[in-house]
Amino acid sequence: MRTWQFFLVSLAIALVGFAAARLLKNDYLFFAGYVVLQFIVLATAWNILGGYCGYVNFGSAAFFAIGAYTTVVMTKLPAFANRHLPEGLAEIIGSITPPPIPILILLGGVVAGLVGLGTGYLTLRLRGVFFAIATLALAVVLQTLIVNWDFVGGSRGAYVIRPATVPVLGINYIEYLFLVMLVLVVVALTVARAIERSRLGYGFATIRDDELAAEASGVPTLKLKLVATTLSGAFMGMAGAPFPYYIGFLEPSSAFGLSYAVNAIAMPMIGGTTSWVGPLLGAVLLGTLQQLATVTISSAVSLLIVGLLLVFFVIIAPNGLLGLWHDYFGRKDEKPTQATDKAAVKTS
Amino acid sequence: MDFPVQLFINALIAGILLGGFYAAVTVGISISFGILDIVNIAHPAFIILGSYIAYILNQRFGIDPILVSILVLPLFYYLGSVVYQVYYVSFEKRGQEALRGLAFFFGLLFVTEVILILVFGVDYRYVQAGYIDTTLRFSFLDLPMRMVVPFAISMALVIGLQLFLTKTFTGRAIMAVAQDQLALSLMAADPIKIKRIAFSISIATAAIAGALLIVIQPVEPSVGREYIGRVFAICVLGGMGSLPGTVIAALLLGIVESITSTFYGPSWAPAVAFGFLLITLAVRPSGILGR
Amino acid sequence: MTAPLLKVDNVSKRFGGFVALDGINLEVAPGERLGLIGPNGSGKSTLVNCMSGTLHNETGSVHFDGHAMNGLAPHQRTHLGLARSFQLPRPFHSLSVAENIRVPLLYTVRLRRDVPHTREELEHRCHEVLGLVGLEHKAKKQPKDLTQVEMRKLELARAMAAEPKLLIADEAMAGLSESEVKDIVSLLITLNERGITIILIEHIMTAVMSFSQRLVVLVSGKKISDGDPQDVIRDPEVERAYLGQ
Repeated sequence: MRTWQFFLVSLAIALVGFAAARLLKNDYLFFAGYVVLQFIVLATAWNILGGYCGYVNFGSAAFFAIGAYTTVVMTKLPAFANRHLPEGLAEIIGSITPPPIPILILLGGVVAGLVGLGTGYLTLRLRGVFFAIATLALAVVLQTLIVNWDFVGGSRGAYVIRPATVPVLGINYIEYLFLVMLVLVVVALTVARAIERSRLGYGFATIRDDELAAEASGVPTLKLKLVATTLSGAFMGMAGAPFPYYIGFLEPSSAFGLSYAVNAIAMPMIGGTTSWVGPLLGAVLLGTLQQLATVTISSAVSLLIVGLLLVFFVIIAPNGLLGLWHDYFGRKDEKPTQATDKAAVKTS
Repeated sequence: MDFPVQLFINALIAGILLGGFYAAVTVGISISFGILDIVNIAHPAFIILGSYIAYILNQRFGIDPILVSILVLPLFYYLGSVVYQVYYVSFEKRGQEALRGLAFFFGLLFVTEVILILVFGVDYRYVQAGYIDTTLRFSFLDLPMRMVVPFAISMALVIGLQLFLTKTFTGRAIMAVAQDQLALSLMAADPIKIKRIAFSISIATAAIAGALLIVIQPVEPSVGREYIGRVFAICVLGGMGSLPGTVIAALLLGIVESITSTFYGPSWAPAVAFGFLLITLAVRPSGILGR
Repeated sequence: MTAPLLKVDNVSKRFGGFVALDGINLEVAPGERLGLIGPNGSGKSTLVNCMSGTLHNETGSVHFDGHAMNGLAPHQRTHLGLARSFQLPRPFHSLSVAENIRVPLLYTVRLRRDVPHTREELEHRCHEVLGLVGLEHKAKKQPKDLTQVEMRKLELARAMAAEPKLLIADEAMAGLSESEVKDIVSLLITLNERGITIILIEHIMTAVMSFSQRLVVLVSGKKISDGDPQDVIRDPEVERAYLGQ
């Protein structure tokens, strides 16, 4: 299936599912479902760098938070402009900010992508291990910066007011957020799948398998790693951009929450890192499991379950659920990271 | 403006004492990551575990926390052996350390923190011991005992380990295994066993570091994560497996953190270590006394 | 006198206190078949790594095809036409044998304007290369399904697939049987006849002698002999340092 076909089919399935879900008239479904969708994007984004290239990112929360706080900044700009800028300018700024959510998503993606690029540029010439540690460092530095930045509320947090009207007719705000995230999921999955089947995907796989041999074969490893880091960071930022509207009150400890860091890693690794299906599978299963556990037991226990599953799977089933499926049902003919003849030469 | 000399000197002293403690915290990583090339980012979790064990026994039986840590050394040593065995069989043997080994340790770190939250809650815990509330005063110099004692123990620990690594057969075998496994095995020393001993020692140091930690400051489960950046920053800056380098880097970090905290406020302290790390990685990854 | 294709000029490399290469000077003419021999640890692989860019030489310079190599990443050198195979095979484990060959085709050959590279031509080239090393029947297999010998052939094939002007074969024949060695030697000579300059690093003297037009000997990081193969092996210093072992 060609990429644009996949996109349209997935979008159609998603929209049909959305319409069906609305029939149940249960807002909680959308509330909880939004979280799962968020995780699908995060897991897919993590996997582009982690699963395809083999570079572990421990700071997923940082990129997510960048997206969230870019939105917060945008929501604070009108008031700031009113207080500090001349009237005419303030009026202009007040009318364009905060921009609608799709724009915010793009903005969040751009800022997070740039940070990903910067982090990568500083550390990707070293071993993968140092990149992983640097991402940890990044998360803490960023959180400290945000905590000390009063404009976005510092450690006290920031209230974010939802707009009065919903841009799409006939649905309420939480359904709108869900819909937006749904479209983002389709985009993320399409991109991940397209990469897998392209020349870029081959390059990523060689970096994961043997960077030295990749270089010797002519693969520009640093450039490709930077592409992966930027894409991965950008999608995480995009996942975070609508979050302030979803949650209404954003404080650093929730934006930089532990659950993002561990889930972004656990979901792809448990689902399976070699294809776009793995993160989707892992996110849906683990996300739903966590929602159930949080409601029935506690959120701490649900996180514990995720952590234990991660350790368990990493030891026992390193290729995740997809790997177990392949082992049990025999190797399929077409491996996910294999580029088809047509795609390999055409795309670049 | 008058430069607050007295404040500065006290911040400097506090930084040195803190730095000494940081050296004890890092020495375990210097061994496991610097020498053995095992990225044990769960090391702070073991340290916090040590802190909580010291807390429990101190609270129930009134035993001095540092004494507790010495008593539980064999337990931590054994724990280290088990963890290494799992790590070796699951990852090192299969050559998968890069991605999966890291994820494994991250999982351990995470699970430990969550279990501690479930068992102890998020309240700060602290220990009682005679010297903790005592402060020696020399004119304007403040020397809080709760920092001086850990400093002394830390220095003893690091010096002891350095002697072990350079003067004993096992210690030198550990240094050798980092450089040439094959040669070592030809000298009739089992490299896997040597590595297991080394890793176990590194976890054992966490027991002591944990006790020192809870003497210096109250502890709660997420404190471990603050130390990840510090530990790796010091390890990298100190030139990976070099223990003297670790001490110098630790002192440096301690001083900078202390001065930043005193003059700009404590909320910036976590960023200092991680900022250090990022700058070191970008500029001089081989560290001060680099290999 | 044509300009040399590869010019290694006073290249030195140390690892801490250990001097791996000590002021190596070497020239390789276009179309030449050069043999490089020396005891283990003499620096042959280090020299290859400095030429290919995997390691950076501390002093001296490497010039290839008129371009200065200092500071260029390995992939850039491969793009310019300098390919190497690794002494210990380093296949891409998650890709099939054919896909392993496709990587240099996609990332090196496709960039060249002087070589045809439509989809069909790259596929054809992939099969051609596999055929040359006798791995066509294993095209869809994984590297882990290959024998040691087949992995060495894959390693060589991957370097060949990059369509280099200069190919450095680093101990490609270790562990091969006599007839397999002869096959590889004649393969390399065929490539050479097509215009590819080849540096052969080997311990198997029969292969080295039958292949090389010129022989260079490296001992303890220094070049101790350089010239006609027959003369070089009769050099008493070479006998003492290497052959007599």
